[in-house]
Amino acid sequence: MTDRARSERRLGWLLCAPAAVAMLAVTAYPIGYAFVLSLQRVDLRFPEEGGFVGFDNYSAVLSSELWWTDLFNTIFLSVISVSIELCLGMAIALVMHRAIFGRGVVRTSVLIPYGIVTVVAAFSWQFAFAPDTGFVNQLPLIADDKDWFGERFSAFSVIIMAEVWKTTPFMALLLLAGLTTIDDGLYSAAKVDGASAWQRFTRITLPLMKPAILVALLFRTLDAFRIFDTIFIMTGGAQDTQSVSILGYQQLISRLNLGLGSAVSVLIFLCVLVIAVIFVKGLGARQPESGRA
Amino acid sequence: MENTGREKTLWTIALVLVLIFALIPVLWIISLSFKTPATITDQSFIPTEFSFENYESLFTGGISESPFIKPLINSLGIALITTFISIILASFAAYAIARLDFPGRSVMLAGALAIAMFPPISTVGPLFDMWRALGLYDTWPGLIIPYLTFSLPLAIYTLVAFFREIPWDLEKAAQVDGATPFQAFRKVIVPLAAPGMFTAAILVFIFAWNDFLFAISLTSSDASRTVPAALAFFTGDSTFTQPTGSIAAAAVIVTVPIIIFVLLFQRRIVAGLTSGAVKG
Repeated sequence: MTDRARSERRLGWLLCAPAAVAMLAVTAYPIGYAFVLSLQRVDLRFPEEGGFVGFDNYSAVLSSELWWTDLFNTIFLSVISVSIELCLGMAIALVMHRAIFGRGVVRTSVLIPYGIVTVVAAFSWQFAFAPDTGFVNQLPLIADDKDWFGERFSAFSVIIMAEVWKTTPFMALLLLAGLTTIDDGLYSAAKVDGASAWQRFTRITLPLMKPAILVALLFRTLDAFRIFDTIFIMTGGAQDTQSVSILGYQQLISRLNLGLGSAVSVLIFLCVLVIAVIFVKGLGARQPESGRA
Repeated sequence: MENTGREKTLWTIALVLVLIFALIPVLWIISLSFKTPATITDQSFIPTEFSFENYESLFTGGISESPFIKPLINSLGIALITTFISIILASFAAYAIARLDFPGRSVMLAGALAIAMFPPISTVGPLFDMWRALGLYDTWPGLIIPYLTFSLPLAIYTLVAFFREIPWDLEKAAQVDGATPFQAFRKVIVPLAAPGMFTAAILVFIFAWNDFLFAISLTSSDASRTVPAALAFFTGDSTFTQPTGSIAAAAVIVTVPIIIFVLLFQRRIVAGLTSGAVKG
């Protein structure tokens, strides 16, 4: 038996090894390398000027106004779009769950945004809002010459709209999966006791779905924090609409300043780590409260 | 649930609204792709003059001149190879996690989850530097490797969820009935596992097809630039014409087949997308 257990153990490791190596090779090693780079002066335009500079790159990034503007933009966009997605996603999940008819229609329409390349969706929305090609300015109540991408917050509103459109389906599907685990008997019992629809939603649905909601929020928040494609296509970061990922890209690839860019990369990694820890703490603390296995 | 007429009307309105919202960008880009250069700025949602000019311009000049054919081949090749390798590696790992008892199982799952949360931009700089040193910059493998890394968590979680549902005892039963271990595996387990692997393959393909960040950071020419990255570098016929029409036509070509595919296999995709989250 121990022999068998030992060979099972060896087989398990053997089967997992290739995937583990493939995952670590492009994450653990590069982030370590990024940290090393971030402590040096590495500018591919001036290759001869190298050398260890300690935390100089970090202080340069952290004392620049650009980093803080971009961090604010990223957090602002993440919070707003994830909140809208949560409300909308919940509504769609409830519709799909309670659907009298047309469940298939909703599922179909929800999967269309999922299947579209983010860059394509960004172009479509951009062309729709652009003053020269777009149909949006022809709609009633909207000024014919409104330049959506000419000003920071109107650009943000289009970016948020594109993000919400693209990622609400994922949110809705995750929430729907959580919804289906709730025992229908609870609702009938509450109904007999005279609970209104709203009471049933806030007293039964929400508490029981807390874990599912937190998981969905965790994934979407981290995903939203990495926002890159939509902004790159729509504004390219103009009008102060840059996200931290765009900043990192510009330092690394456009300016070839690997030292500064790596400092930005490491800082983004730390932000993501903090967000993940907060959510995982929330998940861990709340699970026993809901009292379900 | 009472099913009154009023409720039904409200329901229908809600459904139509959801459908319209989901379809608008798709219909809009299709509409743009059929407009003529003269009417592309007419701001009308439905084209007033139909033409295939934008599509033709994408393919004129053959592979050497066209800004689109080579990226399309790159996109297809890179996404298919990524999918193939990712599913093989993930199947090994998922089989081990679902079926075998060994220490490190939960570490593997937790690790995959951590990778799923990892910000790709943090690896772009080091990869850019490493790939240039290793000669992988602007090559297919240079994109396939990071795509593999970031698609494996998705594939592993999907496959573990599917593999846990497979009644593995059937394998033993087939062997009792006289099948060889290989026959038992091929005739019993493979057909049961195939739908899960197919689902995971769709999700991985869409992931690789969709990527933009690595595609513009780790490529510099049509040698390996994929369609999303190529779209960002499209230029008009002259300095004064906008490439709107060609972008729209290219967008339709890379979008419509995927949408049809997604809709054909929607049940599986929904199961795959949510499997990890429910069980995890």
